[in-house]
Amino acid sequence: MDFFAMGGYGAYVWSCVALTFVIVLIIDWRARLRHKRIYRDIEVRLKALEDRE
Amino acid sequence: MWKWFHQLASPPHFYRISAILSPWLAVPGLVLIAYATWQGLFVVPMDYQQGDAFRIIYVHVPAAYLSLMAYMIMASAGAIGLIWRIKLSHAVAAAAAPIGAAFTFLALATGSIWGRPMWGTWWEWGDPRMMSELILLFLYFGYMALRSAIDDTAKADKASAVLALVGIVNVVIVHFSVEWWSSLHQGQTVFKRGTMDADMRLPLLMMIIGFTLLFGSMLLRRIRTEVLYRERRTRWVREMVLSPEGAA
Repeated sequence: MDFFAMGGYGAYVWSCVALTFVIVLIIDWRARLRHKRIYRDIEVRLKALEDRE
Repeated sequence: MWKWFHQLASPPHFYRISAILSPWLAVPGLVLIAYATWQGLFVVPMDYQQGDAFRIIYVHVPAAYLSLMAYMIMASAGAIGLIWRIKLSHAVAAAAAPIGAAFTFLALATGSIWGRPMWGTWWEWGDPRMMSELILLFLYFGYMALRSAIDDTAKADKASAVLALVGIVNVVIVHFSVEWWSSLHQGQTVFKRGTMDADMRLPLLMMIIGFTLLFGSMLLRRIRTEVLYRERRTRWVREMVLSPEGAA
C-alpha cells in the first residue's frame, strides 16, 4: 500500500499516469473507428453503384 | 533517394506502406513505454526535494515534447503542401492536429496536477510557459475548427496551412519561455548535463522515444485514413475496396 501512496502524492501521480494512458487509448480508438467508418461508407457506395450498373 | 520520396508521396503507395510500417513503430514503442513506466514508477529512487511527486515527469515531459513536435510536423507539412502542392502533405498536417491537441491537453493537465503539490496552485495565469502551452492548445483547436468550417478540401488545406505557419511563433515562445521570462516552471533539465541523475534520466529518455514511436504509428494510421477519405472517388480506392481480399 505504501507504494500506491507514493509518500502522500499517490493521487497526483496515479491520476497523471491513468489520464495519459486513457487519452492515448481514446485517440487511437477514435482513429481506428474513423478508418473503419470511412472504409465501410466507400464499400457501401461502391457496392450500390455496382448493383445499379 | 528522391525517387523513393516521390513514390512515398503517391497516395496508393503510401496507403500500402503505412499499413506495414505502423505496427513496426507501435510495438517497440509500447515495449519501451511499458519498461520505462515500470522503471520510472517502481525502480527509480524518489527525488530528494519533490519526493515521489517527481514521477509525474515520466508522462508530463513526453506529452509536452510531443505537443511541440506534432505542431512542427503539422506546420512543416502545411508549408510543403503550400509550396510544392504535394497532396499527401496536407493529409499529414490534418492527421497531426488531433494527436497534437491530445498531447497538449495532456501536458497541461499533468502539469497542472503536478503543480498543485509542488507550487501550491493548479494554475497560474501569469506564467509564460503555462499560458503559451494553453495558446498552443487553442491553436490546435483553431486549426481543426478552420478545417471543418470549410467544405472545399483544397481551400481548407491552404487556409489551415497558413494558420499553422503563423502559429510557429508560439512554438518558439513555448520552448524558450522558461529562459526568456521568470516562470514557476523549472528551466530545461532533460537534455542539460548535471541537472538530472542518470538513473532518473534514462527511463525518461526511453519514455520519450517510446511515445515518439507510438506517436509515429498513430500518425501513420491517421494519415492513412485521411488519404482514404480524400481519394475515395479514385480508381485505386475502388479497385482496392472491391477486390476480394480488400485492404481495410
